[in-house]
Amino acid sequence: MRRYFGRKLLIYGLTFFVAVTINWMIPRFMPGDPVQSMLSRANVAQPAAVEAMRAHYTAMFGLDLPLWQQYLNFWGSLLKGDLGISIWLFPTPVSDVIVRAVPYTLGLLIPSILLSWFAGNRFGAFAARRKWLDNSVLPIGYVLTATPYMWLAILLAWALGIVAGIFPVAGAYGFDLQASWSWTFLGSLAQHWFLPFASLFLVAFGGWAIGMRNMIIYELEADYVNYLRALGAPTRLVRRYAFRNAILPQVTGLALQLGVLVAGALVTEIVFSYPGLGHLILQAIQNQDFFLLQGTFLFIVIGVLIANFIIDVAYVLVDPRTRTGMGGAA
Amino acid sequence: MALNVTDLRVYYRTLRGEVKALDGVTFSVADGEIMGLAGESGSGKSTLAKSLIRLDGRMRHVGGTVELDGKTMPLSDDTGMDRFRFREVSLIPQYSMSALNPTRKIGKMVGELLESRGERPERAELERRLELVGLSKDVLDRYPIELSGGMKQRVVMVVSTLLNPSLLIADEITSALDVSSQKAVATTLLGFRDRGLVTSMMVVTHDISLVYQIADTIMVMYAGRLAEKAPADVLVTAPRHPYTKQLISALPEVGVRYEDRRLTGIPGNPPSLLKPPGGCRFRDRCPLAFEQCAEQPPFAEVAPGHFVACWKAE
Amino acid sequence: MRNEALHFALRNRKLVVGTVVIAVFLVAGLAGPLMFDHGPNDYVGPAMAPPSGEFWFGTTTFGQDVFAQFVYGLRATFLVGVLGGVLAAAVGMVVGFVAGYRGGWVDELLNMLTNIVLVLPALVVLLIINAYLGVRSIGVQALFIGLTSWPWAARAIRAQTFSLRSRDFVDLARLSGVRTPKIILREIAPNMSSYLFLTFILLFGSAILVAASLDFIGLGPTQGVSLGLMLNNAARWSALQLGLWWWFIPPGAGITAIVGALYVMNVGLDEVFNPKLREM
Ligand SMILES: Nc1ncnc2c1ncn2[C@@H]1O[C@H](COP(=O)(O)OP(=O)(O)OP(=O)(O)O)[C@@H](O)[C@H]1O
Ligand code: SF4
Ligand SMILES: [Mg+2]
Repeated sequence: MRRYFGRKLLIYGLTFFVAVTINWMIPRFMPGDPVQSMLSRANVAQPAAVEAMRAHYTAMFGLDLPLWQQYLNFWGSLLKGDLGISIWLFPTPVSDVIVRAVPYTLGLLIPSILLSWFAGNRFGAFAARRKWLDNSVLPIGYVLTATPYMWLAILLAWALGIVAGIFPVAGAYGFDLQASWSWTFLGSLAQHWFLPFASLFLVAFGGWAIGMRNMIIYELEADYVNYLRALGAPTRLVRRYAFRNAILPQVTGLALQLGVLVAGALVTEIVFSYPGLGHLILQAIQNQDFFLLQGTFLFIVIGVLIANFIIDVAYVLVDPRTRTGMGGAA
Repeated sequence: MALNVTDLRVYYRTLRGEVKALDGVTFSVADGEIMGLAGESGSGKSTLAKSLIRLDGRMRHVGGTVELDGKTMPLSDDTGMDRFRFREVSLIPQYSMSALNPTRKIGKMVGELLESRGERPERAELERRLELVGLSKDVLDRYPIELSGGMKQRVVMVVSTLLNPSLLIADEITSALDVSSQKAVATTLLGFRDRGLVTSMMVVTHDISLVYQIADTIMVMYAGRLAEKAPADVLVTAPRHPYTKQLISALPEVGVRYEDRRLTGIPGNPPSLLKPPGGCRFRDRCPLAFEQCAEQPPFAEVAPGHFVACWKAE
Repeated sequence: MRNEALHFALRNRKLVVGTVVIAVFLVAGLAGPLMFDHGPNDYVGPAMAPPSGEFWFGTTTFGQDVFAQFVYGLRATFLVGVLGGVLAAAVGMVVGFVAGYRGGWVDELLNMLTNIVLVLPALVVLLIINAYLGVRSIGVQALFIGLTSWPWAARAIRAQTFSLRSRDFVDLARLSGVRTPKIILREIAPNMSSYLFLTFILLFGSAILVAASLDFIGLGPTQGVSLGLMLNNAARWSALQLGLWWWFIPPGAGITAIVGALYVMNVGLDEVFNPKLREM
């Protein structure tokens, strides 16, 4: 088990290292030296911002230092928690902008991931090898999982927001409200949260349901199932075992899908102008705020790594074999 | 009589038609009898074994009856068969190595299995039986992955016989083992019968010389039908069916399976079971074949307990 | 044996439906643009016109023909899917074969690489890269999608290779002095060809989805049109608020249908290749 976690942590450490290196390299080595061109074409109204940007680039990259020193400096400022100044919200530090947005993204992601995973697995297992469900409901699963997140978000916003007028379609709470613990505010928060949550949930749900259905079908062909059946074990027990075993690859699948889910949350936020990280990314791109973009990138990578580690821990909890030191999957 | 099989026909549905893998077999197994079941690959041994406990999705029970201890088994009624499974008829599968749920501790799995069948798990009895096959009770607290292949097989043997079935079916359980483990498994099976844990047994095998050591009788199948059944020593020393004779004469030293040797001297292959020819199915390869063989020979008792399906066996 | 697979293939509803849907969209993408003597982004009609005999899918706020955009967009979508999918499959195969066949430290190293790329959230990496690109094209988009989406394929192929490596025919080839690349190409790859095909289909579908997300965020090709860009424009120019449903429904429905058909095809093919899963 030590070895298992040791390996995982090593990989996460290396991944972080690679991410930071990408972050440093891309602006430095893209064709046409983006740093220079960015300084020249920065479409920022305030001269103060341009100045701050230049100062920061010099501090961070030290444009005329040797490359390795630029690289070390980059790590240095990063480790101090310095991600630069946002151009879009000048002069707020990037880290502040991000920290303000993170709760919204997490508030969407965590419930939609967890609920879709549990509900999808349950449902997929239930549908497997039950002919009528398999033939009628699972096609819907395929459609859902093939739907681009932003499109479902657009459809929901249009149908339930604009046409039916049941839900608001922009922002995280009413424009006329101030953040507070009042019921009005919380209610507005929940109202604004629902549609983005629902579209994330639905797409992911389809994927888990299909995945589980296919897993269970494989499990039901396994030797241990045939043996149990030959000894007259009731379907209840057989399905319970098959579900238990099919859930393991789904836990691994959760780790594999994290990137896709995060991407889904980003585009969904853009559709609903929901003030999370996706919204930041859009603003950063539209305002050429590259510090903000890069800071958000690093933040997301760190978040994904942490989530991966949590899933690793969960895997050890659900797969007894990892605990006996006998390996097991992943 | 423990087991009475009458004119049993079980076919496989395939695209090209029905494979008549079991085409009218009639035999019985007495209380306390260990019957070895031999025959070339594809002759229908596993089909017979599966038919008696659980038909797979493509098998169709076309005709014939099976009685166990006087009760007729509803072969094609999956839920109806559950009453017989485990308690009356049980199986040691060929895939013993992977027959245990990998994510349950063995003790827990056995407990849940028994409970699901409405039986009360008795830990002490379970431990006693494990001891019988040379396993310590510690295995109950282990996961299958922590056991060796041989240990897993012994666990499966204990589990399958836990409810003292009338009939135990063992399908090729020794083929994956080395010679000394094969012997040990054979001895264990014998022990089960001698201690009365199972009443009768059907041991499917590729290895006549091994099964000869434990079997009371041996039955030989050919192309979906029975060729010969006789007390083990009679069948080995004085076979009457031309096919059995070929088998026995090709019989090598202990431990070498006859499938490893070509059946030299018998040209040709067994007939297709899709559209088997009428008459004796061994006809194309039989050195003694004559006109009457165009009719199907009955599986007749030529001496007490000795059945042969051949016109030339008197 | 071949015939049997074909028989099941033709009888498999999932496979047939999936293939038909893909074929229909492919034909629309190939032949559709020939119907127009104007480009997809030309201002050819009245603004915000609903679907009509003249403009099948209506027009945008600027009077662009949505149907023309749609069929041109299909081309872009298929192109990015095929290119991205092929590239990802190629990288995944090379990494998977070599790691699985060689084992040892080569495997360790490649495995490490695979795992790193696997945990990096692909879309976010693509965002960063594309944001810095001044000019973006479908080819470059597909290139980067291919380079970021291969890891799970590599993993799966590695596992399969691993199990084939110790088979007799591979041993035989090795003993008779056949060189490694040749063994992989001649002995191992053909034995998992159906598996490789299934992998490619999934990569194809996911490349389409990733490209659509990039386009939607505004990092799509700087020229031309794609289904994702259509969604992006529709959202940017308030198609929702203006009620121009004909602008944002077709592109999303197109992507969903294509990707869904690919997934369904994948499961259907799996059932055809894997006799255990066939329902009798
Ligand atoms: N699932 C199936 N579908 C179609 N035909 C089958 C199926 N399983 C077995 N058969 C056919 O039924 C016949 C008997 O098969 P069976 O497995 O009973 O043979 P066997 O005597 O156990 O052979 P072996 O010694 O190789 O295990 C064979 O001709 C085989 O081709
Ligand atoms: S019945 Fe005829 S063909 Fe069949 S085994 Fe006897 S002699 Fe040979
Ligand atoms: Mg068999």
